Amino acid sequence: MKITGLIIAVLTGALLIYATADFPAWGDPASPASTHVSPRYIEKTIEETAVPNMVTSVLADYRGYDTMFETTVIFSAGVACFLLLRIFRREEPEERLYRHVLTGVTIHVKKGGKLPPSDDFERIDTEWTPHDLIIKTMCRLLIPFIQLFALYVIAHGHHSPGGGFQGGVMLGASVIVLAMSQDLRTAVRRLREKVDALLCATGVFIYAGTGALCLLLGADFLNYRALAPLLNVDPIMARSHGIFIVEIGVGIAVMATMIWIYSNVSSSGKYDEGL
Amino acid sequence: MGDFIQALVAKYNYWIYITLMMIGLYAMIAKNNLIKKIVGMNIFQTAIILFYVSIGVKKGGTLPIIEHGHGAHSHVVHAVDYINPLPHVLMLTAIVVSVATLGVALALGIRIYNRYHTLEEDEILSQIREK
Amino acid sequence: MSQHYPTLLVTVPLLAAFIISAAGWINKRLCFPFAVATLTVAAYSCVGLLFRVLHEGVVHYRLGGWPPPWGIAYYVDQLNGLVLSVISVSALINLIASKRSIEREFPEKIGPFYTLYVLFVTGMLGITVTGDAFNLYVLLEIGSLTGYALIAMGDKDRAPLASLNYLYMGTIGACFYLLGVGYLYIVTGSLNMVDIASILPGLYQSKAVMTAFIICMVGMWIKMAFFPLHGWLPNAYTFAPSASSSLIAPLMTKVMIYVMIRFILTVFTPKFAFSTLAVSDSVVWLAVIAIVMGAIFALAQRDLKKMLTYIIVAEVGYMVGGAWLGNRAGMTGAILHIVNDALMTLCAFLVVGNIVYKVKGYSFEDLKGLFSKMPFTMGAFVIGALSIIGVPPTCGFFSKWYLISGAIQASHYGFVVALLFSSLVNVVLFFRIIEIGYYEPFGDHHGHDHHPEPMAEAPLSMLVPLFIVAAGLVLVGLYTGDIVNHIIQFVIPKGLL
Repeated sequence: MKITGLIIAVLTGALLIYATADFPAWGDPASPASTHVSPRYIEKTIEETAVPNMVTSVLADYRGYDTMFETTVIFSAGVACFLLLRIFRREEPEERLYRHVLTGVTIHVKKGGKLPPSDDFERIDTEWTPHDLIIKTMCRLLIPFIQLFALYVIAHGHHSPGGGFQGGVMLGASVIVLAMSQDLRTAVRRLREKVDALLCATGVFIYAGTGALCLLLGADFLNYRALAPLLNVDPIMARSHGIFIVEIGVGIAVMATMIWIYSNVSSSGKYDEGL
Repeated sequence: MGDFIQALVAKYNYWIYITLMMIGLYAMIAKNNLIKKIVGMNIFQTAIILFYVSIGVKKGGTLPIIEHGHGAHSHVVHAVDYINPLPHVLMLTAIVVSVATLGVALALGIRIYNRYHTLEEDEILSQIREK
Repeated sequence: MSQHYPTLLVTVPLLAAFIISAAGWINKRLCFPFAVATLTVAAYSCVGLLFRVLHEGVVHYRLGGWPPPWGIAYYVDQLNGLVLSVISVSALINLIASKRSIEREFPEKIGPFYTLYVLFVTGMLGITVTGDAFNLYVLLEIGSLTGYALIAMGDKDRAPLASLNYLYMGTIGACFYLLGVGYLYIVTGSLNMVDIASILPGLYQSKAVMTAFIICMVGMWIKMAFFPLHGWLPNAYTFAPSASSSLIAPLMTKVMIYVMIRFILTVFTPKFAFSTLAVSDSVVWLAVIAIVMGAIFALAQRDLKKMLTYIIVAEVGYMVGGAWLGNRAGMTGAILHIVNDALMTLCAFLVVGNIVYKVKGYSFEDLKGLFSKMPFTMGAFVIGALSIIGVPPTCGFFSKWYLISGAIQASHYGFVVALLFSSLVNVVLFFRIIEIGYYEPFGDHHGHDHHPEPMAEAPLSMLVPLFIVAAGLVLVGLYTGDIVNHIIQFVIPKGLL
């Protein structure tokens, strides 16, 4: 297989490099890519969508249809991981382990027994689960700032690099950090699996639903102009607001899906302690 | 020789990306470990992302955000001053796709590991053959 | 609403997928009716769109209200309409037929399964309807990702590995396609298919355009399992659950063949593909090898499902070969065979689904005595087999007829021989199965003391869809002339003789 792989890689690479001979030089402002379609995005973005960040206006408006499916891709990945990994019924372990948070003493509870949830004890799956007070405390301090910054990134995507995807990933990461520093059960207690899955569908639904709303208002699919009477602004600002609505949808969907994928993959679908 | 060096200087970035892609492709075909194949897949996809992003570069262009642009209709904007935003948008999609593929691939890898307790492809195949 | 058909047929299933996903968490019984309703709407829009295209010609649709090439646009012509109708109708039929087996195989995960099912159909419809090269890539990934998951839910031992191998190959294929689109973008600056086609004629000699074409083609060939690149297909389709294999097997490869034909006809024009590049002869020879090897591998199999997967590999050879013959008859045959092969494969895999539902196996031993046990299912199987072999009046005969006449017209006798060889092998393959099913008694007891097995037919909800497909095979065969005269002949450019 090694030799086949090498031959295929070398041949393909040679073909691809050979073709670069006819490429315009790197960074050439007169290249077709820079002169054919893209100038309109640069020159008209303010005039047509009132969004100074062209990446946002192209992403969510000019090529908003692509982005809707992009969000759907991530949604399908979340559903796929759930379908592949999630185990619902699972035999109860021989004994449950609880650790006293302050002293680190582990208590073994026989099958069927349970400790009532309390702040003094945490449930663990194996005796050697590390006990890192520093990491837990630091993450607990960091998480609110991560989340705040994530909201800023979503909200400020019109004017600076950012938007739904970036902000959504950060929001997801804040919960994942919680799951990694504490354990998955703590994170899931904050955001239940069912809520997470519903958020995931809701986020993409907001995007596609905005498109469908435009359709119902008599315009083409995803033509945010049609939202102008509803939002009580002129059609150009309606585009800007429409972009903001779908960015929120994207943010929710990406956040929920990242958490969903992480929970399933890190615990092999068992939703136990996780990593 | 002069032509070659000129071509190299003008397009060396594409050559680097293509080399990276081929490293990824080689790993996907030749490696025996399923996770190494996934790593190869990610190298391949990331190299394509680099390739696209470098299409958008314009010499003398700045990043594609108009400063103090909100609502300023009188502002005159020239396309040569800003780099091409389209490849960035496309690659945002490609990044998402590669994350999604990675997630599904890892999920499949876990399923395989739980069943065979190995991620080496030849060991899995010999286990299948023994049955 | 009819002016919005082009987008409704994609967005209705898309929106419904999220509702189904939510319904899966609230009340599982709602999922199936929702899925049926949406696919019915999608099928209605597809067929409606096809009729509109037949009456009015090419239908344009601008998404987001932006004019192409800045926004994403749809151009729906007869080819799109035809393939869309086939996809949506066969997905709907398969959904109804698979209800029982889905409920039995994944009682707890009905919601996510239906969600992915509907998303897969969305992906396939979106690929077919779109007029934007990059949009096609995104939808291709939706179709692939959902497909990997649907396949991996099958056989607990083998399916995940088969699916992971499919994922590696599929990702390579999709990345090649993306790279090809990147090469096109760098020299044309556009992503819209019609716009690219209008810029390309000045660039036909460009190395970048040639490489883009080759890379795109190789990517599609991986996705459609064209012979030397078919490695992922047999295991993935064999070990998939019946509901997924009868969904994915008829659609995925056929849709990729549609994409290949769309690229040859619309984006690059036949002149470039067949004359400038001068590789069409080699591709047809590759197709010949694909057909022969597919047939030989099929002969070597000892179970029904795997045998069918190798028949698919051979059929892909038919269509690629037909499209690359470079003449009108060959292209007509290839397009017609997309329709016919989708229906034939659907029929064969639905039969396998019924057999698995009742007998819980699909190896040749499990088929013994099936004619007395499941006479209706096997009756439909015979019709499907006749069509795959190519016996009139079933539809398989007519597309094969066009393919052979195209090959003769192009004086490509290797392709003619390969087609005849494969038909002959199919006769052997299917008569072997019919023999096993008809003559050999069910179970182990031998000799004259055996009693006919009591009938244990699959439930009606699985039989009726199967009969509809089997009847469809004959009907499409009878109306082949109309399909060719009213639909396919407008698709092929006049320059192609």
